[in-house]
Amino acid sequence: MLNPAAKLSAKVFAPDLVQKPTRDGFGTGTVEAGKADARVIVLCADLSESTRAEWFEKESPERFIEVGIAEQNMAALAAGFAAAGKIPFIASYAAFNPGRNYEHIRTTIALNKQPVKICGMHAGVSVGPDGATHQMLEDLGLMRMLPGMTVVNPTDAEEARKAVVAAAKTNGPIYLRFARSATPVFTTPETPFTIGKALMLWESEKPQVALLATGPMAYRALAAARALEAEHVGTIVLNVHTVKPLDAEAIVAAAKRAGRVVTIEEHQVAGGFGSAVAELLSTEHPVPLRRLGIQDQFGQSGEPEELLEHYGLGVSHIIAAARALLHAV
Amino acid sequence: MVRIMSLTDVELKELETRAEAIRETIVSMLVAAGSGHTAGPLGMADIFTAFYFHILQQDPLHPDWEERDRLILSNGHIVPVRYAAMAHAGYFPVKECLTLRKLGSRLQGHPERTKLPGLETTSGPLGEGLSQAAGIAYALRMDNKKNHVYVVMGDGEQDEGSVWEAAMFVGKHALSNITAVIDRNNIQIDGMTEDVMPLESLRARYEAFNWHVLEVNGNDIRAFITTVDEAKSIYEKPTLIIAHTVPGKGIPDIESDYHWHGKPPSKEEGRRFIKELRSLKGKVPHEYA
Repeated sequence: MLNPAAKLSAKVFAPDLVQKPTRDGFGTGTVEAGKADARVIVLCADLSESTRAEWFEKESPERFIEVGIAEQNMAALAAGFAAAGKIPFIASYAAFNPGRNYEHIRTTIALNKQPVKICGMHAGVSVGPDGATHQMLEDLGLMRMLPGMTVVNPTDAEEARKAVVAAAKTNGPIYLRFARSATPVFTTPETPFTIGKALMLWESEKPQVALLATGPMAYRALAAARALEAEHVGTIVLNVHTVKPLDAEAIVAAAKRAGRVVTIEEHQVAGGFGSAVAELLSTEHPVPLRRLGIQDQFGQSGEPEELLEHYGLGVSHIIAAARALLHAV
Repeated sequence: MVRIMSLTDVELKELETRAEAIRETIVSMLVAAGSGHTAGPLGMADIFTAFYFHILQQDPLHPDWEERDRLILSNGHIVPVRYAAMAHAGYFPVKECLTLRKLGSRLQGHPERTKLPGLETTSGPLGEGLSQAAGIAYALRMDNKKNHVYVVMGDGEQDEGSVWEAAMFVGKHALSNITAVIDRNNIQIDGMTEDVMPLESLRARYEAFNWHVLEVNGNDIRAFITTVDEAKSIYEKPTLIIAHTVPGKGIPDIESDYHWHGKPPSKEEGRRFIKELRSLKGKVPHEYA
């Protein structure tokens, strides 16, 4: 059943549940953070409409900085702004930020310990028709490897807003991942959110499989849990919005209770969220594990939903993975 | 506050003597380290002496002093000259220079801000200093602060595309609180800059990016200080000072030889170099070094 403490939307399974892209949460979150703290600034690399940076620009034009199509400069500029006491958010597509500007981030932000908030938009295959060049699938891995970097992948637009507001108050570098296409807004302003704390969404009386999902995939995991419950297969669903530091306590507890784990991410299975969970459980509590994600390939053009189905990230794939684990062990 | 930068002859002599002492320290620390860059730090000893002993608004005992000028070293590989100048200026004991590049040292092979108070950035990978200087300068301007931002870059570094992203940004916003200095010593690891990847006309390139450009002999301390003074008097544009320096300056054996860009002197060479430095000027007290 749904975890009441998660305070999810009353319409969580209703067909008219509102859908918004998580990048909208970047727009509302930066506006909110900017009102609360005059040190907050937003830098953007010629993508202010699609990143939603223009929402902040309209509110605080004097604290919005357009850098042009120059993501490397944007990263190191932000390190400079942070060195002078500002709280900079840098926004562009994840393919370029942190794809293009990785070494600038590594040296001037991560190693230099500057509290820059790196915001990668249009992550995952759900970018859709733009194709593989713009469908960033390696960002979580890249950022997870950097010492001292926090990595957050919000599940919906509401959680994204909270993540942005929380990031502004965090004294350190952080990577925030956002998606282009609209996905269900199933959390509410009352839903708890703490960086580093996974959120239990669903908990059956006798869980046999734990579904650990990050980003908008958590909603699909929830839909899978509901369908599995109807088949009398109990599950736990964790929304693991923070990929680093991983909520080891919650993940190990879920693995112990359910005995089997499926991870779900819109990212390469190598180096990303599923890898992080596998690393953790292999030492803390080894259990049979399936990792759903992109299997060592690039994306392609298509509509978001058909791409997610094509690459094995539909609700039916999660259900099948859970069943397969049950039959295997 | 506008600082009066003009120098008396006595002050100039003191600075020149100081620069020689800093060169000796550089040679000693490179010998002790057993690796590192020799030519660039020696060539820039006069400019770093001018910064740390005349130009910078600073407090070595309070490196985080809010009113300090910011000196950003973009080409981090020449950091031995900065360490040596900082030590002589009182940021830390000169003898600590001999820990350069050793395990546990605050003096990393390339400078790390979080390791040593007084460093403004972490650098080494090229093409990142001007961007950071621009972020600091823009933020200072937002806050109506008068601190000046200096950034030192290499000439080979100008090969990096991101330098020009930053140059465009600084030009667009006319960040006149930035004075950039390019160490124009004409060498880089693989040879002469104009053979590896021609940079000329460096002046015309920056002028086209809306910068004011000055040129100076970077081994002439008085001329450099006067040029910085002139740069700071220009309010409409950021200023670039192309500082022509002699790599390996002070040691005739290695001056202008690009083979000395990225290697340290051996013990024997170190002894010889220090002797050359002393015999040239004869100003350094014998008991020193």
